This record gives sequence, C-alpha cells and structure tokens, in this order.
Amino acid sequence: MSEMIVETRDLSMRFGGVLAVNNVNFNLRERELRCLIGPNGAGKSTLFKCMTGLHQIHHSNGRVFIRGHDVTGWRPHEIVQLGVGIKTQVPSVMNGLTVWENLWLSARRIHGKKGASPEVDRVIAELGLQTHVRRMVGELGHGQRQIVEIGLVLCQRPKLVLLDEPAAGITGAEADRLVELIHGINQQAAVVVVDHDMNFVRMLGGTVTVLHQGAVLMEGATDAVMNNAKVREVYIGNRAK
Amino acid sequence: MIGDAANFTSAGRTHWGWIIAIFILLLLLPAVFDTNTPTLLGIWALFALSLGLMWGYAGILSFGHAAYFGLGAYTYAITSMNLGESTAAWIFAIVLPAFVAALIGAMMFYGRISDVYMGVITLVFSLILAKFMGATAGDAYSIGSARLGGFNGIPAFPILNVPGDPSTPIFGTALYYVVLCCLVVCYLVSRWVLSSAFGRVLLGIRENEARIELLGYNAPAYKTAIFSLSAAMAGMAGCLFASWAEIVTPALFGLGQSVEVIIWVIAGGLGTLMGPIIGAVLLGTMKLLLGGQTFIDNSLVIGAILVLVVLLLPKGLLPTLMGWRKQHGQRSVNRAHSNSMRRRGGERKQQHGAKEHDKTGRRS
Amino acid sequence: MWVETRTFQRVEMDYAAVVFLEIIYMIAFLALTSAGLAVVFGMMRVINLAHGEFVMIGGYTTIACAKAGVNVYFAMLVVSPLVVGILGLLVERLVVRQLYGRMIDTMLATWGLSLLMVGIVTFIFGNTAVSVPAPIPGYELGEFQMGGYNLFIIGIATLLILCMWLVMRFTRLGLVARGAMQSADVASSLGYDPKRVYMWTFTVGAALSGLAGGVLAPLTGLLPSSGGAYIAKAFITVITGGAAVITGTLSSSVIFGTINQVVSFGSTPVIGEIIMLAFAVVLLRLMPQGITGRFFRNAP
Repeated sequence: MSEMIVETRDLSMRFGGVLAVNNVNFNLRERELRCLIGPNGAGKSTLFKCMTGLHQIHHSNGRVFIRGHDVTGWRPHEIVQLGVGIKTQVPSVMNGLTVWENLWLSARRIHGKKGASPEVDRVIAELGLQTHVRRMVGELGHGQRQIVEIGLVLCQRPKLVLLDEPAAGITGAEADRLVELIHGINQQAAVVVVDHDMNFVRMLGGTVTVLHQGAVLMEGATDAVMNNAKVREVYIGNRAK
Repeated sequence: MIGDAANFTSAGRTHWGWIIAIFILLLLLPAVFDTNTPTLLGIWALFALSLGLMWGYAGILSFGHAAYFGLGAYTYAITSMNLGESTAAWIFAIVLPAFVAALIGAMMFYGRISDVYMGVITLVFSLILAKFMGATAGDAYSIGSARLGGFNGIPAFPILNVPGDPSTPIFGTALYYVVLCCLVVCYLVSRWVLSSAFGRVLLGIRENEARIELLGYNAPAYKTAIFSLSAAMAGMAGCLFASWAEIVTPALFGLGQSVEVIIWVIAGGLGTLMGPIIGAVLLGTMKLLLGGQTFIDNSLVIGAILVLVVLLLPKGLLPTLMGWRKQHGQRSVNRAHSNSMRRRGGERKQQHGAKEHDKTGRRS
Repeated sequence: MWVETRTFQRVEMDYAAVVFLEIIYMIAFLALTSAGLAVVFGMMRVINLAHGEFVMIGGYTTIACAKAGVNVYFAMLVVSPLVVGILGLLVERLVVRQLYGRMIDTMLATWGLSLLMVGIVTFIFGNTAVSVPAPIPGYELGEFQMGGYNLFIIGIATLLILCMWLVMRFTRLGLVARGAMQSADVASSLGYDPKRVYMWTFTVGAALSGLAGGVLAPLTGLLPSSGGAYIAKAFITVITGGAAVITGTLSSSVIFGTINQVVSFGSTPVIGEIIMLAFAVVLLRLMPQGITGRFFRNAP
C-alpha cells in the first residue's frame, strides 16, 4: 500500500479577478513520476506554490494534504519539513555564497553537524559540480544554477520533489543527463515536473496531467495525452492567439 | 565544525594577527592618552558593532537602532537610581532592550514586512520613544525615585560600580578597560555566532530568505533572534554611555543618533565586524574634532561622507582597503560576495522574481 | 436659563467648528508636505529623504525674497518651487540617477544629501531662526481666535490636489506619468525616454516640496534643522499611503491628520503625535503594501 504523497481536494486559488487554480483534484502516490503540462497561465506554477505553502492555503481554498497532513494555514518551512523540495521556475539560490555553502545549508538541517559535509560531497559528486564547488553561485550560468538548486533539494532527501521547468535553456546532451538524473531521484521520491518541452516530457515517461485555465483538462499516459484532440486544440489554439 | 569554517568563506576571514595587534595597542593606550575620549569612542564602536552584525550578516537594516541604545541608557539610569547599586541595573539595561526588540522583531518578521516598511517601523519606534521621553517633564513622570525629566533627561544617577561594592565606582581608566572588555567580548561573541550553524543560516537569509524557508528554516525566528542580540549589545553600549556621560537625554533615541551609526557602519565596511568598529572610531573622532569649532558644520561633513561612500565606496572603507591588499598577491575577493553586501534590502526582492509588481496575474 | 442654554450651544458649535477646521488643517498640512515625496515615491519608487530639506530650502527662499522686497505670494508660489525644482534637478542628475533600483542605497544617499544641505544652509544663514509675518490676519470664530493663514493653507492644499488629479486624469503628461508608474517600458513604448520622465518627475516632486516650504514659511521661525520635522511625518504618510500618488497621500493624510488632532484635543499634542505614529506602525503591519496597495489599487 503506497502512501499518498500529495492530495488536493477542490483546490482553488484566486488572485484579484483571475482564478489561477480551479477546483483541482491532484493526487500523487509514493515514488510516482508525473509531468504537469499546459499553456502559459494554466496554473502550473501556482499549483506548485500551493503545495509548498508559498501560497498559504486557507479553508476557502479547499484542502491540500502532504503525506497525509492537512497543510491548511501552514507556512513554507513547515511544509518543507515534511520532506518536500522544490526547484522554482526562476532559480532561487543564494548567489552571494559558494556552491558548497549553499548545499551545506540545505544538508545541515537534515543531517546535522556531522552528516552535513559528507552529504554535500555526495551530492556534488552525483551532480558533477566538482569544478564549481568553491565558486560563487551568482557567477555560474543559468543551467548550472539550476543544477545547484536541484542539489539543494537533494541534500534534504525529500519524499516529494517539484521541478518547475528544469529543462529550460539546456542543450540536448544535458537534457539526456537530466532525464537520467530525474529517474534517479524518482527511485527515492515522488517527482512532479513542469515543462513546456514535449520531447523532454516524452523522454521522462510517467503520467501526464494537463492543466488549462486552472483546471485539470486531462490525465493519462504520455502518448494518449499528446494525441488527444482537446489537448492539441488547447495548445495550438493558444499558440495561434 | 573547524573543517566547515574553512569551507565557509563567505562569512569573511578573520585576520587574527591584525586584531591581536590592535588589541594590544588599545590595552596600552592609557599610558599615552587621556582615556575620556577613547572610552566614548569604544562605546560608539560597540553600538556600531551591534548594527553591523545584524545588518551586514543577516541583512536587517534598522533605521532606528538608537532606540535600543537609548533604552539601555535610560534603563540603567532609572534602575541604578532606584536600587543604588549598578549590577542589577547593568543586567537589566541589556535584557530590556533585547526583550523589547524580540517583541518588535517578531511583529515585523512574522508579519513578512518588506525591508522598506521595516525601515519605517523601526524609525517610527525610535521616534515614539524620543517624543515620549521628551515630553516627560515634571514630577508626575517618574519611575520609582527617578524623574524622567523630559528634554533635560536624567542626571545624577549612580555610575557603574564594582559588582557588589556600591562604594567603589568605576570611572576614568577603569571605565575605559571595562568598555574595552565589553567590546572584545561582544566581538568574540559575534564571531562565534557567525561561525555557528545559526550564523550560517543568517547569511542564507541575507542572500535569499525565500529559499532558506524552502529549505525548512523558520526565517522569522532567526531574524528575531539576531535582532534581539543586536539590541542587547546596543543596550550594553547605552548603559556604558550612561555611566560615562553621567546623564541620559532623549537625544539618545533620536534620529541623528540612528543615522550616525548607520553611517559609521556603512563607511567602515558593511559585511565585516571590524569595519563598523573602525568606522565608529574614525568618524566619531572626526565628529568630536569638528564639534570643537563652528566654521564647518558636522552635518555638512558627515552628509558629504555618506553620499560619497554610497556612490563611490560601495563596500565601505575596510573591505576596500582589504581589496587593495589582496590585489597584491593574495586571494581575490569575490565580486559577487561584495555585490551581495550591497543588496541592502529592496534589491533582494528581485531575486525571487518580482512577484509583487507582476500586475498581469498570469501564472503558468 | 433659556438664554444661557443658547449661548452654551453656540459655544459648543463653535468649538466643534474649531476642531473640524483644525482637523482639515492637519490633513491639508500633511498632504501639502507629503505631496513632493509622494510623487517621487509613487512614480519612481524612490524614497527621497532629502525631501524635508527641500521644504526647508523652499521656506528660506520665500523668506529671503520677502525680506528683499519681493511680494510674498509670488515668492512662495513661484520663486520657491522654481528654486527648489532646479535643486531637485541637480540632485537627480548627480546622485539619484546613479542609484536606480537600489532603494536602500537611495535612502542612504539622499539622507546624506539632507545632512549636507542642512550644513550648507547653516553655513549661509546661521543657526538663528528667521521668519516672515503671515500675510493673512487671524479672525474670530465665536469665542475662539483662529489663524486666518491656516485657511489659505487649506485652500492651497486643496487646489494642489485638484490640479494634480486633473493633470493625471486629463492630460497627456498625466497619462505618461501613470504609464511610467507601472513600468519604465510603458513610458518607452509611448515614445518617451524613461530617464527623462524620471528626471522631470523628480524635479516636479522637488518643486512641490519647495512650494510647501514656501507656503508654510510664515507659520513659525525657520531653522536649518526644520526639515527634520517634516520628513518623518511625510515619510510615514507616503509609505502608509502606498504607491498611488494622490489617493494614497490623501487617504493616509486624512487618517493621520484626524487621529493626530482628535487625540491632541483629548490630551496633549505630543500624545497626539505618538498615537499617530503608533497607528502608522499598526497600519503598516496590517497592510504591508500601504493603503493603496490594498484598496483603491488602480487609482492615480
């Protein structure tokens, strides 16, 4: 019996006049791999923010359960402590600190004084960051900062990993490595990936959830979703606009 | 932990050689100079250190830090006048500002106030204290046997004495050594805090508070704690000032005092511990020298210095000097490191993708 | 007894009128002294802490002109805004421009400038108060003596707000201004160089501060340090008001002016100020984006 890692019930989020998330029921089981796709403005990043508490959940918004806990009113750090890690759309790392320092801060919380350094070394090896260890994160390129951010997530050995556009701006070869990396993470954690690159999504496999105007349009296997007429209309229609 | 210290370079390297040399010079100072002015400079240095710790390493800029300096001074004066002995007064003068700061800090940080608005609130708090204390003339306003005295303040309270022996006051050279000792202790405590995990998290908060929270740290709690520690040190400085000046007035809470300490820190070097100390000593000396003549107004000079420092010497004096040294054969200071020092607030928000100003409401 | 009751009622009504006028005056005073700061903050997100000194210099300009024989109304309504406007232009070009986007640095640099200006004015005019008599005499409201000049101030403040509103709403200048408030790109796409828009905005803001200083000059003796009294309240009024220039300043002026006066009447002016300050803290805690961050979001 696998644990339900994330469960949202009738989740709705409104900003001013915009209903960014519209009655979404999103479920994710332990060690499941899910791709979240949809045109711009569909509500993908908002959904992520709801799951991490960056948009605080109130009773009026519906219910969000992370690993069985009702996180209504919880603040981000409390939700993260349940074992959640997120790589945000715009890399959110500590630019004025070195790569090592960034990772150490992440590892320290879970692994304590003694375990932090070894964990940092492990993650550096896994992500191939050896050459950048002592460099300021602010000096690194966009792609490398994303990798550092993934490293931040990994150091805490989370059970739920949210990746918002990890493939943005990377080359073909890097994409292969990234897919491998994500599959590796998926061995230990449930992963949700938001991306626009359909090839990348296909390479990842896993189930696909399509969001449109804040609501779940369709959910299913990659090919079924890609070939669905409604999904194509939503994408092509939007692009034509 | 020592191994980690070697890895954690962004908290700055301590040049123990220089520091010990300076310390020895300061120990020997009374043999050459009269200690009256150096004592005041030491008090100001401690005050500057308290702000520099919080601002340089946690990114918290208070526009009204004088509030805690003044609270320390007044608390000491009132308590010592009522008790006749200084030990409890000393302790209270450190604890009360810390406590008040914890309350105000919690209100601000848990309320997710942005940096500019935090500036307003801290400013307003010190203004409230200044106005209130300025209006407390008359016998009606007194705490125990201490009349608050309005604009004129509180004179004639017992100065610091040897603990447990009210008949032996500490003044002159003895007070100088007490101040020096406090400064050293607070410096070492600051160093220790910064090299601990708590201190590292503060650096992370300064860099990207949202990310630190997403790593599971309760950022507001950390900020409240350092705010409180900073206030405790400022209170200690205020208490020492009260003993040195033998009078406390509402000006201690004033805007002028708050601005001066900001200038000392920023001119000396934000992001270092020695920088604020040096800034306070140099600019304090200049202020005292200028005070002795009426031709050039102190405001003029210090204003010009502030403008020039912000425009030209972004890192402050000490880091710039250290940078020049490093250009001659030592490890280069990372520019990103000093750039992050410069992000005093408003700019930091841009890192998490300026959500506040996104008016289109479109999210993906 | 019937006569006594009538007299009592009239005194009460007069008192009510006095209180009312004092409140209106306080609101006008806050709005007038904050207008310059609000324009600059609302448009450019720049906090000019030298604003108080702009006001002070406006005051000195008026007094110097009046003493030199210039018509005092001309001095306060034309000369002061002009002089301080030019000063603002210089400040923008030399200092503020270098620090765009660095909000805290701008605050620090402008604070340095304020100290510098106090120093320079002290150097030129010395430290004794200068003053000019109020051109409008007092009048009587029943049993009470009222300052006639206060009514003039209320009038000027109202006129100012009205003009600002009209400009923002009905002129091309106002449109560009509102566009630039949203973002610099909007100004560019309308064909205006954002740098120049900001430069003129700062100049206008300075001119408004100068106007306020000129108008307020006849009230009390002016010292180089008088600016300090204006900046704190203006700063709080503007930040609490939020980003919208007119609505924000007006709403916070109304709130703070009312609280300040009402509490002052109940106790002392100092308590009134303290309660006003404390209220500002509470308001900011509840509405971190200011009043117009929460309400009246799209108002000018």
